[in-house]
Amino acid sequence: MRPFHLQEYWTALRTIVAKEVLRFSRIWVQTLLPPMVTTALYFIIFGGLIGSRIGDMDGYRYMDFIVPGLIMLAVITNSYSNVVSSFFSSKFQRHIEELMVSPVPNSLIILGFIGGGVARGLAVGLGVTLVSLFFSPLAVHNLPVALSVVILTSILFSLAGLINGVFARSFDEISIMPTFVLTPLTYLGGVFYSVSLLPGFWQDVSKLNPILYMVDAFRYGLLGTSDLSLTVSYLIILGFIGALYVFALVILNRGIGVRS
Amino acid sequence: MTDAALEIRGLRKTYGNGVEALKGIDLTVEEGSFFALLGPNGAGKSTIIGIITSLVNKSAGQVRVFGFDLDRELQEVKRNIGIVPQEFNFNTFEPVGEIVVNQAGYYGIPRRDAWRRAQRYLEELGLWEKRKEMARTLSGGMKRRLMIARALVHEPRLLILDEPTAGVDIELRRSMWEFLQHINCDGRSIILTTHYLEEAEKLCRNIAIIDHGRIVENTTMKALLAQLDTETFVLDLREAPQRIPNHPDIALRALDPLTLEADIHRGQNINTLFHLLDKEGIQIHSMRNKSNRLEELFIRMTQLDGEHGKGLRAAS
Ligand SMILES: Nc1ncnc2c1ncn2[C@@H]1O[C@H](COP(=O)(O)OP(=O)(O)O)[C@@H](O)[C@H]1O
Ligand SMILES: [Mg+2]
Repeated sequence: MRPFHLQEYWTALRTIVAKEVLRFSRIWVQTLLPPMVTTALYFIIFGGLIGSRIGDMDGYRYMDFIVPGLIMLAVITNSYSNVVSSFFSSKFQRHIEELMVSPVPNSLIILGFIGGGVARGLAVGLGVTLVSLFFSPLAVHNLPVALSVVILTSILFSLAGLINGVFARSFDEISIMPTFVLTPLTYLGGVFYSVSLLPGFWQDVSKLNPILYMVDAFRYGLLGTSDLSLTVSYLIILGFIGALYVFALVILNRGIGVRS
Repeated sequence: MTDAALEIRGLRKTYGNGVEALKGIDLTVEEGSFFALLGPNGAGKSTIIGIITSLVNKSAGQVRVFGFDLDRELQEVKRNIGIVPQEFNFNTFEPVGEIVVNQAGYYGIPRRDAWRRAQRYLEELGLWEKRKEMARTLSGGMKRRLMIARALVHEPRLLILDEPTAGVDIELRRSMWEFLQHINCDGRSIILTTHYLEEAEKLCRNIAIIDHGRIVENTTMKALLAQLDTETFVLDLREAPQRIPNHPDIALRALDPLTLEADIHRGQNINTLFHLLDKEGIQIHSMRNKSNRLEELFIRMTQLDGEHGKGLRAAS
């Protein structure tokens, strides 16, 4: 009996990631372009037209203040939707069976889909950053923090998208979470304002929103300003990644949504 | 003794909705076999295949593939099986070549190697020219062959095909049969499910018939066809016979002192039977056609609509 060698795992993982990247690249007009157009509009309307009347936020020009949040918004939604739609459509068209009959372990399937989600998240994040250069000079206060936060956040939401994809039974069910949970939490997660502006009670409520910590940590990485503790933010992000990964592994091992 | 290609013991499956699809299946497929799993729609064929290929969870029982246990040595089981499912299950928006090469990748085969193998199987199946086309542009028969190439790319020792010729026209069906025979001669074991008797008859040396989740027959094709060629009558006698006569074309058996069973070759005159019994002074009180499970099965199957029904009727 021959165990699956490390080299073979590596080949399998690369195959899944490459396939995922090719998938969203082929349909770049649907996947890569829209977030850049949307973000450009945000910059023009909020940053340019309205922002000039708002004045400073946390000591920064409003335009400069919203850049990190808008990058995160794009990374979060794109990582999530890449994995949820890829997984759901592979279930819908049944080609998830190609992976299920093969010796690829479920942990590797999860990593492969994360790879695709992170690739799309970072590609869009980079695109949005480039768009932002037209409106705001790019500040990088602490590159390792900025990069690690954006990558970890992307991993986190890839996992969340995967779980959504596993449970979803219809196309409706893959848009419910993004529309009713993800987008509101992101908008309320300090993308457009500093939580320190909120009255005490709403500040406390906001602190239950995990996205707040990610946006805040990323803003620290770029601008050097933050409302919350960086350590707490990292712990929250890593905690969520751990929990979601274990949950994803359990449901894949049980064959939920894919095995009868 | 070498391990059987497939060994199934006490396999049961009850789906979530309460449908009891398998009610205790025992089945052995020897290495090198070309094995047919024959049965009407809904008999449980795809459920068995689904369990072997880990797409369906079993409710009870044991499955071994070349001696590897499905529960304990899943990776080895998977590595030794290639599956051509009943329904198309590839990404129709992926190019033909990519589909095969990616599948190889999932088995840990590096890309360059994977392309070489993909080329070999796609060429043999007449699809190499189409490698850059999106899979959705292929005809039904080509899609089926694409799935065969995909199933072979990791060179499994056991190839399983679930209704491989559904939707494939007659010309292509024959060339697919030839291809499968050629693959089998190379030493690969093959299991195919079908509800199309001619297909099983042309290709397979061993056969199991499944109905309502039970194996109702498991034999060689030769024995099965021989069975199909005979008709069995049950004779009730007035008194116990002295002895039971012999005849080259009629097999007689005593079920009890007053009951005989006679297997008569089709085309043989039933008068021959009467003469034979008359000569021995055996008097027949009544006689009836024995309802044969197999016979019944086939009659029911021949009542299926469409192409497959016709195929069965022509063969029986
Ligand atoms: N996913 C499923 N959920 C519930 N019942 C199913 C499912 N798949 C098959 N069945 C039922 O199980 C029985 C066997 O089906 P199947 O194995 O597909 O038969 P076959 O392949 O011989 O036509 C049928 O009654 C079918 O309706
Ligand atoms: Mg079937």
